[in-house]
Amino acid sequence: MNRIQARFQLAWPGFGLDVDIALPGRGVTVLFGHSGSGKTTLLRCIAGLERPPVGKLSINGDTWQDERTWLPPHRRPLGYVFQEASLFPHLSVLGNLRYGLRRAKTIANGQGVSLEHAIDLLGIGHLLERKPDRLSGGERSRVAIARALAVSPRLLLLDEPLAALDHDRKQEILPYLERLHDELEVPVLYVSHAPDEVARIADHLVVLEDGRALASGPLGETLARLDLPIRLGEDTGVVIDAVVAERDEQWHLVRASFAGGSVWVRDTGMAVGHRARVRILARDVSLAHTHGDDSSILNALLAHVVAVADEAHPALALVRLDVAGTPLIARVTRRSAAHLGLRPGLPIWAQIKAVALIG
Amino acid sequence: MLTSDELQALWLTVRLAAVVTTILLLIGTPIAWWLARTRCRWKGPIAAIVALPLVLPPSVLGFYLLLVMGPHGPIGQLTEALGLGRLPFTFWGLVVASVFYSLPFMVQPLQTAFESIGERPLEVAATLRASPLDAFFTVAVPLALPGFLTASVLTFAHTVGEFGVVLMIGGNLPGVTRVASVQIYDHVEAFEYASAHRLSAVMLVFAFLVLLALYAWRPGARKGA
Amino acid sequence: MTCLELRRCKTTIFGFVLAIFSLLSGSPAFADEIQVAVAANFAAPMQKIAADFEKETGHKVQLAFGATGKFYAQIQNGAPFEVLLAADDTTPEKLEKEGLGVANSRFTYAIGKLVLWSTKAGYVDDKGEVLKRGDFKHLAIANPKLAPYGQAAVETLTALGLLATAQPKFVQGENIAQTHQFIATGNAELGFVALSQVMKDGRITEGSAWIVPSNLHDPIRQDAILLATGKGKAAPAALLKYLAGDKARAVIKSFGYDF
Repeated sequence: MNRIQARFQLAWPGFGLDVDIALPGRGVTVLFGHSGSGKTTLLRCIAGLERPPVGKLSINGDTWQDERTWLPPHRRPLGYVFQEASLFPHLSVLGNLRYGLRRAKTIANGQGVSLEHAIDLLGIGHLLERKPDRLSGGERSRVAIARALAVSPRLLLLDEPLAALDHDRKQEILPYLERLHDELEVPVLYVSHAPDEVARIADHLVVLEDGRALASGPLGETLARLDLPIRLGEDTGVVIDAVVAERDEQWHLVRASFAGGSVWVRDTGMAVGHRARVRILARDVSLAHTHGDDSSILNALLAHVVAVADEAHPALALVRLDVAGTPLIARVTRRSAAHLGLRPGLPIWAQIKAVALIG
Repeated sequence: MLTSDELQALWLTVRLAAVVTTILLLIGTPIAWWLARTRCRWKGPIAAIVALPLVLPPSVLGFYLLLVMGPHGPIGQLTEALGLGRLPFTFWGLVVASVFYSLPFMVQPLQTAFESIGERPLEVAATLRASPLDAFFTVAVPLALPGFLTASVLTFAHTVGEFGVVLMIGGNLPGVTRVASVQIYDHVEAFEYASAHRLSAVMLVFAFLVLLALYAWRPGARKGA
Repeated sequence: MTCLELRRCKTTIFGFVLAIFSLLSGSPAFADEIQVAVAANFAAPMQKIAADFEKETGHKVQLAFGATGKFYAQIQNGAPFEVLLAADDTTPEKLEKEGLGVANSRFTYAIGKLVLWSTKAGYVDDKGEVLKRGDFKHLAIANPKLAPYGQAAVETLTALGLLATAQPKFVQGENIAQTHQFIATGNAELGFVALSQVMKDGRITEGSAWIVPSNLHDPIRQDAILLATGKGKAAPAALLKYLAGDKARAVIKSFGYDF
């Protein structure tokens, strides 16, 4: 039973939550939705900070909550990172880290993440003696994450840990989050409303709206669904797991290979054999009946049309494609779609104008 | 400069204020904590009861305490049944009266301090495995420390300046219930203005130093928060 | 805050204070309204006397009750009292010497009687033997430094040779009213108060009492004086005259005072 089962129902004035989901027992699950969609409330229910009238929660076989059971938050072996880092102002960084560690020892009997490991993972060794008010926003976030890790949680909950940070600070933290992802076994639930964070760290995606889960599934599949009314707009696109397969020293390119094909991407110094993600936005995919050797476009993949759906603007359509098993989305004008005669099953060339290699 | 009677009165005053402040820290803290965090519908009535001593004139309050703690009053009958004797005209009678009278001065600053902490630090503590009681002592109390200081100083100072209630239930016994404020009153009433001025000056200087220490300390406490 | 704002603010505050004062001041004083400061022990008889006086003369009497010592300090500092009915004879004398009282207007309007009183029926015998038995925990007296009745109580105990044994049991009221409360609430088993406090219509209202023979202490003279503010005015003089008259004296006597 390598799974997280969560079912919660609550009704507050002006807001309700009604969620029944099963999530993988490892990897990063992003709870995605606009503000007010219920993602933070869901996270708080899981942590036991809210107590909804209907609640069932089991983590990899252990029941934390059902009709008869209720573990108060301090008995749940989890780590929680709040939106603002919420460090204890009266304790130093080390004091903050030790706060949970001392109390968790009795529960976790030494398994999981050691304090040294957490400090090392988040790169905060030089900050230990400081008081929280002498830290930058990014440093505070890293300490908060390390503090949550230091209790050796069996589930790590992060509530938009980057929301309060500017772009540069986010770029500072994201590599640490990716390291967690790569190095730790702990399942992570990560609340976010930022598509770029989703693309970078999610394995599994839950889309929430008005307190309900609209979709829950592996990242690539869920992003490629056309039936979801979530409007990512310019960020609509897919994320594909790939491996760096080849380097072209002359043109400073690398080839990222995935099930069904490969694309050439700017060389960012990633070693051959490295696992990475390729993000392809729908607006960067053009469709053509021919390969189109005579254009500047580097990457063209032969695909089949799976479905055509309306976009928000009446001039546009979204086309779901299948590249030998890997989903892809293209955004084209409806006129072009009609002109090309797009219909399910039609083979077509997907010309990719831009690819981002992430991770 | 001061007579031995006056020194005795001052020492008694300081002792009374210290005992009252200590007791109120123990009683007032849970009340303030409950008031700061409850959503119970009794919050309003309880808060109002705590504030009541602010409304009644001290000598009126003292008169009612005299009734309640007297041989026909419920507290008087209770203390006698417990073999404690009667409270009026004793040091502990003054303590009980002052505890009641100074209660809002302890509870209200503490309540404000606890409210300003908010839920978040306590939720953080809970996710770090701290039980509610643990979180109270290791997070709420340290964060509310300036509030504790304010409340203690106000309570102490208010008890030192306490007069009407003490007058009513004290019986003016030297060394037992004759505190400095009563002594000053006696001096004034007996036209011993010079003695009154001297003792008042000592009280004022004392109060000034205490309050000065409080306000000098506070900015430092803020910086840490 | 700039200077201008400060000034505007001051004006607002000034207006506000004025408004408050107009609320507090109530009805304006009439020319024939007499402001009288009355010792607390004499409150009950004086209310009756003032009511009779008002009915007869049409003057209006404003009574303020309190401790004589406080009145003294207030009069020294400009309180607008026209007549003082003190609880002693030294305060009027002092006021006259200091020019705050009108010369030769002083007279003894009542002589207080000391009583040993308890709320328990039959506890105090009519010879005061209970003091010798000493089977009580608290003996309430008024502060002898401040109150003439307290002074008289100490004199009585001295005369009986009981001061040393009684003193450790003293609980002191700041004034005779507070002393009465100590006894009335049962917190002190017995104590010395003014007869006027426990007597109405010539009878002890409650409990048991021993009226202390007047040879055991100096007489508790309560003197009245016309104050400088009331000098030359008809109404205050009329009140003082009425106070010394037979009709007022009958009332005073019924409340347990002598002359």
